[in-house]
Amino acid sequence: MRDPLSKTIVTIPPSGIRKFFDIVSEMKDAISLGVGEPDFDTPWHIREEGIYSLERGRTFYTANAGLRDLRVEIHNYLERRCGLSYDPDKEVLVTVGGSEAIDLAMRAMLDPGDEVLVPQPSFVSYVPCTVLAGGVAVPIPLEEKDEFRLTAKKLREKITPKSKILVLPFPGNPTGAVMRKEHLEEIAKVVEEHDLFVLSDEIYGELTYGEEHVSIASLPGMKERTVLINGFSKAFAMTGWRLGYACAPQVILKQMLKIHQFAIMCAPTTSQYAAIDAMKNSDEDVKHMRESYDQRRRYLLHAFEEMGLECFEPQGAFYAFPSIKRFGMSSDEFANRLLQEEKVAVVPGTAFGDSGEGYLRISYAYSLKSLKEALGRLGRFVERLDGKNNGGQ
Amino acid sequence: MREKILAVIEKNSRIDIRDLAILLGENEVAVANEIAEMEKEHIICGYHTLINWENTSEEKVVALIEVRVTPQRGMGFDKLAERIYQYSEVNAVYLMSGAYDFTVILEGKTMRQVAQFVSDKLAPLDSVLSTATHFVLKKYKDHGTILCDEFQDERMLITP
Repeated sequence: MRDPLSKTIVTIPPSGIRKFFDIVSEMKDAISLGVGEPDFDTPWHIREEGIYSLERGRTFYTANAGLRDLRVEIHNYLERRCGLSYDPDKEVLVTVGGSEAIDLAMRAMLDPGDEVLVPQPSFVSYVPCTVLAGGVAVPIPLEEKDEFRLTAKKLREKITPKSKILVLPFPGNPTGAVMRKEHLEEIAKVVEEHDLFVLSDEIYGELTYGEEHVSIASLPGMKERTVLINGFSKAFAMTGWRLGYACAPQVILKQMLKIHQFAIMCAPTTSQYAAIDAMKNSDEDVKHMRESYDQRRRYLLHAFEEMGLECFEPQGAFYAFPSIKRFGMSSDEFANRLLQEEKVAVVPGTAFGDSGEGYLRISYAYSLKSLKEALGRLGRFVERLDGKNNGGQ
Repeated sequence: MREKILAVIEKNSRIDIRDLAILLGENEVAVANEIAEMEKEHIICGYHTLINWENTSEEKVVALIEVRVTPQRGMGFDKLAERIYQYSEVNAVYLMSGAYDFTVILEGKTMRQVAQFVSDKLAPLDSVLSTATHFVLKKYKDHGTILCDEFQDERMLITP
């Protein structure tokens, strides 16, 4: 029989998270600091809208680009929150999660051999989606000394004549890093100089602490170069609804819509009706959730400090990215031992790119009670390692 | 800082002052002082426990009573309310807008006990025009907490 598989797909390794997930799921009583989703339920008024739409029999396809009412609300929301204006009829596309939008953007913009600059450690999809679209992923390793921000210098070092897209995933999963306006301005300059496009994944934008999130698309000259990706999963606690959106100049969005039309048809109708309410009536809910994450963020950082785990201060998303370099173990080894010895699941930094070596991703989307228990165990583990280290000296 | 403290302890009055200070990013002593201050100013009036009595063997009856009154000269609503709220079996008294004047929430061991309170003590008060007693059959949610549901984290242990 012939090889049934494409040569491209077999070269792509499975997600590093998947590998660890399999180990964790074998351990029945493990507790976790490993989730990438909110601990809140979707606010009831949003769920109610979804239920209501089902009761009224709204069970048909919607327009390919999504319900017009939803696109209008997305327009209003982005205007209100980011000072951006996208035409609901030509520049907004509702997708199945932010992940679909990443895939669409890559496929709509890349020719074979085009290079995509991917700052890492970052979300697991950028590289595979690049490769599947025929592009070449060029990782840009970020460093803790820059608080895991992308700097103009680092970007310049990786640019070649083939560079086409820069992925800008901030606030960052897994690091919690944010790019403030002044940092984005520095990047925007390089983007214009080298005629790049930006895929700005702002799914954690609402979960920015301290100052408000700034979109690179709102900087002068950047809107026409940017595919803005966002969604409902994180800010509105709607992961299971699978709903996101992309906003881009019409010339790009039109082609993304074409792929979406053939591959997906339209995003789930029930989710779209619920999302209209999310866009219109949830500013208070989002604020409340943000405040709650911020409190737990402080709690986590304080606990790290007490147990002597080095960690830069994350200012976005709901992750911290502590360094475990001083223990002389790989991230994989540390995570595995922590799981075996204390039954706490965390994600090794390497699941997000090679430059995640020496770090762990720890999520604080948990109740204070769960955090306390898990951090207690982590502290005990660290103490044991430190005891051994000292004993050996 | 006050609003932030209150928002947390309204839901969890047993939280460690130390943990509370860390969550809020404030100094522990400052938080403790602020709480003491708020107790003094009667902003914080008590620290009660939310008990779902249905899960115990204790029998309890809770009634909500609508009371209509005519306030008399020299004795406004406040005076009347006082004559009602002084009874230890009365859990809460609210002055209402609308069709009646007071809501009285009463806790008794039996229905007879509640009935006796209404007929012997509440109804005969001079200014009371009428009462309507409603017994609580089941509590679903109280003080913002859902009582009939146990929370379970249904998320997968590891997700991207």
